Amino acid sequence: MTEPEWPDEVFAVLREADIQQVGYVPDAGHARLIARALAEPSMRAVVLTTEEEGIALATGAWLGGARAVLLMQSSGVGNCVNMLSLPANCRTPLLLLVTMRGEWGEFNPWQVPMARATEQVLRAAGVLVHRADHAGEVAEMVRAAAALAFASCEAVAVLFSQRLIGAKVFVAAGEKS
Amino acid sequence: MSEALDRRAVVATLLAGRDDALVVSGLGSATYDVAAAGDRAENFYLWGAMGGAAMVGLGLALAQPTRRVLVITGDGEMLMGMGGLATIGASQAENLSIVVLDNRSFGETGAQASHTAHGTDLALVAAGCGWRETRRVADQAGLVGLAAALRTRALFAVVEIAPGEKPRVLPPRHGALLAARFRTALWISDP
Repeated sequence: MTEPEWPDEVFAVLREADIQQVGYVPDAGHARLIARALAEPSMRAVVLTTEEEGIALATGAWLGGARAVLLMQSSGVGNCVNMLSLPANCRTPLLLLVTMRGEWGEFNPWQVPMARATEQVLRAAGVLVHRADHAGEVAEMVRAAAALAFASCEAVAVLFSQRLIGAKVFVAAGEKS
Repeated sequence: MSEALDRRAVVATLLAGRDDALVVSGLGSATYDVAAAGDRAENFYLWGAMGGAAMVGLGLALAQPTRRVLVITGDGEMLMGMGGLATIGASQAENLSIVVLDNRSFGETGAQASHTAHGTDLALVAAGCGWRETRRVADQAGLVGLAAALRTRALFAVVEIAPGEKPRVLPPRHGALLAARFRTALWISDP
């Protein structure tokens, strides 16, 4: 199977947007983007223990004149809720790129409850939400989200749907894939 | 044994030699202590976002690598964001220091005993997270040494302070104002 091109397109958009800090938690859907960020001298990739750290990181970055992005999974959105009071109160920009689990061909039921709540939780906490379902629209959507975040000082999330990313395939030992 | 350190005097001592350091304070008493030492545009006070002070400091330190960044927070706030010590340890930021004012209690909510009263040593936690220099300070001589060290290098310190609340000194609490004046003080265009 050939690797999809949209993660590289998103990376190009982040460079174009002058993103200097990339906070991330481990995530298969963002693996390509994380690898590119780690290898990019103009970016500082920061591995986080929990997603809410990334909200604080992005706020601090903006205070210091830098732009940050936070890469996470839908399961991490719930961890961020109170920390989202930072951009809400401080009118500081926030750009979240969220890969969805638990919504399309999901094998693991533990991913589903947070997936169901992700969009509503973000909106309730004051985050504007875009959702990308097709590879062809991802780069344009991230570009628009970055503009909205950094020019208008808003908190903006782009959800990368699980259909776009592809459901994770689980194979138990001894089972046929 | 010498008398336990007074939190206001501790923060005043640490900030007296701040020069152009950027300061982030954790919510509650640490914010009041930093305000009491003198309101400055280069102070960013948290009034909420509990557990976020250290990581706000990291984002700021990475964005401003030529400035010293000092996070001053309480034991309860640091405990809530303890994973950030691992993140910062891994980042090896060389211009970020954290001072935890440890009264072993949640002072803002009725002085219930915190985890540091029950054995958690945040300096040991930081050391275990890869912080190269950590220290505990319990007396005036240690405080003077800490103030001098903070002017030359990044470190993590726990300062044991006397329990009890001080009169509240309230800095501005409008986050957008605090953020805009902070950026303006750093000469960032479009504050």
